[in-house]
Amino acid sequence: MCLGIPGEIVEIVDPVRQLAKVDVAGVCRNVNYGLLEHEGIGPGDWVLVHVGFAMSKIDEAEAERAMEGLRLMGQAFRDEMRAVVDSNIS
Amino acid sequence: MRFVDEYRDPAAARALVSRITELAGDDHFKLMEVCGGHTHTIYRHGIEHILPDAVELVHGPGCPVCVIPMGRIDDAITVAERPGVIFTCFGDMMRVPGSKGNLLAAKARGADVRFVYSPLDALRVAVENPAREVVFFAVGFETTAPSTAVTVLRARAEAVSNFTVFSNHVTIVPPMKAILDSPDLRLDGFLGPGHVSTVVGQRPYRFVPEIYRKPVVTAGFEPLDILQAIEMLLLQIREGRCCVENQYTRCVREEGNPRALEILAEVFELRPHFEWRGLGFISESALKLRGELAHFDAELRYSVPGVRVADPKACQCGEVLKGAIKPWECKVFGTACTPETPIGTCMVSSEGACAAYYNFGRLHRDVAVSMGATN
Ligand code: SF4
Repeated sequence: MCLGIPGEIVEIVDPVRQLAKVDVAGVCRNVNYGLLEHEGIGPGDWVLVHVGFAMSKIDEAEAERAMEGLRLMGQAFRDEMRAVVDSNIS
Repeated sequence: MRFVDEYRDPAAARALVSRITELAGDDHFKLMEVCGGHTHTIYRHGIEHILPDAVELVHGPGCPVCVIPMGRIDDAITVAERPGVIFTCFGDMMRVPGSKGNLLAAKARGADVRFVYSPLDALRVAVENPAREVVFFAVGFETTAPSTAVTVLRARAEAVSNFTVFSNHVTIVPPMKAILDSPDLRLDGFLGPGHVSTVVGQRPYRFVPEIYRKPVVTAGFEPLDILQAIEMLLLQIREGRCCVENQYTRCVREEGNPRALEILAEVFELRPHFEWRGLGFISESALKLRGELAHFDAELRYSVPGVRVADPKACQCGEVLKGAIKPWECKVFGTACTPETPIGTCMVSSEGACAAYYNFGRLHRDVAVSMGATN
C-alpha cells in the first residue's frame, strides 16, 4: 500500500469525479487526480500512483527509475500489481 | 563490495561509499531511516554491508502496518463479523495478528472481508451493495490519508449512506518526536521519508534540527538515493550545519502538496491519543473524521470495543520499531515468527523491518560475513 507506482495519463475520463485512465506499469485503470488538480494534469503526464490516487507529478526519466526499483522488489511489487489489476474505480 | 554491482550505477555507488567512509572517519554515527520503504531498499540491496562500520542504520516506525496495535485489529474483526457488514481493507492488513487471530481467519469463519486496492474501490463496493454496510479499514501515514479523505468527500457528495471508514491514519511527526524524547536511543540524524514528504513537504521536520539539533535529509528509494542522503547527513555534521535538506527533489517539494494538506484538514482532526504498537500512546498522533462527517465514522456507527491488548510476551516489535534492537535480535525472529506465521506486525508487511530482513537481509549478511566485510 505504500508503494508509489509510476503511471502515464492516457485520458481524462471524468472531470467531475476527477478520474483519469492511467497506464500503471502496463495495466490501464482509472485513477483519481484530484490531489494534483492544481498542477494541471493531462494525457502524456507521468504521475506516481498510490492506492488509486495520483500523488505527485514526475518526469519520464524518474518514472523509469522508479519502475526499475519496483521490479527489483519482487513479491511485494507483484502483490501490489495484483491489487491494481483488480481495481475498478469509477 | 559485491552488492554494488547490482546498482544502476556501480561507480557512483562506490564513490559515495568512499565519500561516506572519509566523512565518518573514526567516529560512529547512528542514523535512523523513518520510512519502511527505505528499510526495504536497505536490506534488499545490502546497503548496511557496503557502508563502513562507522555508520549504523537503525530502522524507524514508518511502516503503517507495523505500528497498528493488536487492539485495533481486534476492533476491526468485531466490526467485520457484524451481520450485514462487508469489511474492506488493503491486502497487507489481512495477515496482521490480533489477539484472537487475523482478518483472514475471520474471513474463513464467514465474515465478508474483501481486499481492495483503493478506498475508491471500497466506495464502489458500497454503491454496488446498497443493502449492505461497507466499512473501509483505513491505515497509513500522510501518503494514504488524503486518498481516504477524498473518498469520504465523494461519499458525502454522492450521498452514499452505507459507507463508513474505520480510521487508523497516523501522522509522521509525533513518533519521530517520541523517539527523540526516548532516553535509550542516541541518534545522529534522520533519513526523512520520501512519499510522506511529497504530501507534508519539508517544513514539519524543522523541529528536529531546531529543537533536537539533529539533521534530517529526505531521501528517495533507490540505493543511490539512500547513499547520497547519508553523505548529505554526514556532510552537515562535519560542516557544523544542522538543517532539513532534500535529496529527493525529483518528487518532494519544500511545501509538499498543498491541495492534499487542505483536503486532510477538511476531513480529519487529530485524536487526543492513539496507541502505537511498541511505542505506547502518543498524543495527537492519529487522525479521525471531523464531527461534521461523523456519519462516515465506523467507530461511531458501530460500538467498537476499543480494548487495549498488550503485545504478546515474545514479541519485541516495540524495540525494533524504536530502533533499539535489530530484527534478528528478537528472540522469536525466524523461528516462531516468520512471514508465513507472523507473531508481530513487523513481519507482515514487506516494508516491516523484520520481513525485509528475513527476505533479503540474512542472505546479504551471511555473504558479507563470509567475505569479512561486516561488523
Ligand atoms: S521477529 Fe516477529 S515478534 Fe520479533 S520483533 Fe520481529 S515481528 Fe516482532
